[in-house]
Amino acid sequence: MPHEVDMTRALILSLRDWHAGQSKSRPIRRVLLLVGQFTGVEPDLLRSAFARQKLDTAFLREAELVIRESPFVAHCRGCNQDYQPDIGLRYACPTCGAAMDEIRSGRELKIERVEWADDDVTG
Amino acid sequence: MCGPGSDHSHGPTPAGADLNVDLLEENNDTAQHNRLRLDLAGVRCINLMSGPGAGKTSLLERTLAAIQGRMQTAVVEGDMTTELDAERLRAYGVPVVAITTGRACHLDADLMANGLTQLEQAGSLERFDLLFVENVGNLVCPAEFALGEHTRVALVAVTEGEDKPLKYPLMFRCADCVVVTKLDLLPYLRFDLPHLIAHIHQVNPHIPVFALSAETGEGMEPWLEWLQTEVAGIGTQPVVATL
Repeated sequence: MPHEVDMTRALILSLRDWHAGQSKSRPIRRVLLLVGQFTGVEPDLLRSAFARQKLDTAFLREAELVIRESPFVAHCRGCNQDYQPDIGLRYACPTCGAAMDEIRSGRELKIERVEWADDDVTG
Repeated sequence: MCGPGSDHSHGPTPAGADLNVDLLEENNDTAQHNRLRLDLAGVRCINLMSGPGAGKTSLLERTLAAIQGRMQTAVVEGDMTTELDAERLRAYGVPVVAITTGRACHLDADLMANGLTQLEQAGSLERFDLLFVENVGNLVCPAEFALGEHTRVALVAVTEGEDKPLKYPLMFRCADCVVVTKLDLLPYLRFDLPHLIAHIHQVNPHIPVFALSAETGEGMEPWLEWLQTEVAGIGTQPVVATL
């Protein structure tokens, strides 16, 4: 069982908590996620897990999962420049060869936003 | 990161709300709570992570034999295929609690909390100095799930080749120490140890690396000394690995 299944479960629990705290109960139409390229998460596996698990809920049944990927960006302090490591091959700075010291982007796993249709109030 | 001004779509922004919450927030909160339980009891917790068959159980056996009587130790076993693995470790007189059935690809903070509760059934956690967690054999998933451990140790066997850290950088990046195992097999392999270490350091420049054989005992001493300093509580790591 890929861990994206667990992550989707966590996602839906977070959304349920948030949804239960709202004064108006509106079905969610879109869920916007930010997923970094230096995480153990495969966006396609997250999408398919969400497509299955949302059917067990009422408020997410119609929701679409929109994943924005954030690039893997490292920073070389010696050269004072950002660079994109070549995943699977090379993580050192392409200019001076220094090891990967600092990661600037790519570690994100976030629920950024939820959206609903204006006329969707159901109670 | 992504403030209210940024938008995935074009045109007018649909009705909605910015949440900006971490997907793993709940796991991280539980991990934080586990850490508190460990800290209050004065137990140092070390999470062993590796691909399947890198030698986590063998390293544990050799380590438990060496520290027997010197440190009060327990094991939370998450990589058990049969009860035999637990029996192998119990032979060293330490409590071993199993927390997975062998199908999950990683441990999470809830499973870890169960493990701590199981250990507490026979008395307070205060009776331990050191708690090992043997994570599920997997090089990707365990890295994203904090358990509340103080220290993450990644294992890689010489038989896995020199490229492992380049192919699975996350595990090596989020680790606090790497143990290269099965050193006794070096004569039979075309394998360059300095090359592997260079790859590890490319991903995580300052990480300590130990190379040893749990079979012959070669190289165990530096690892055991490092373990001593760990139990002394030097170099506490954040609950969620900062990369």
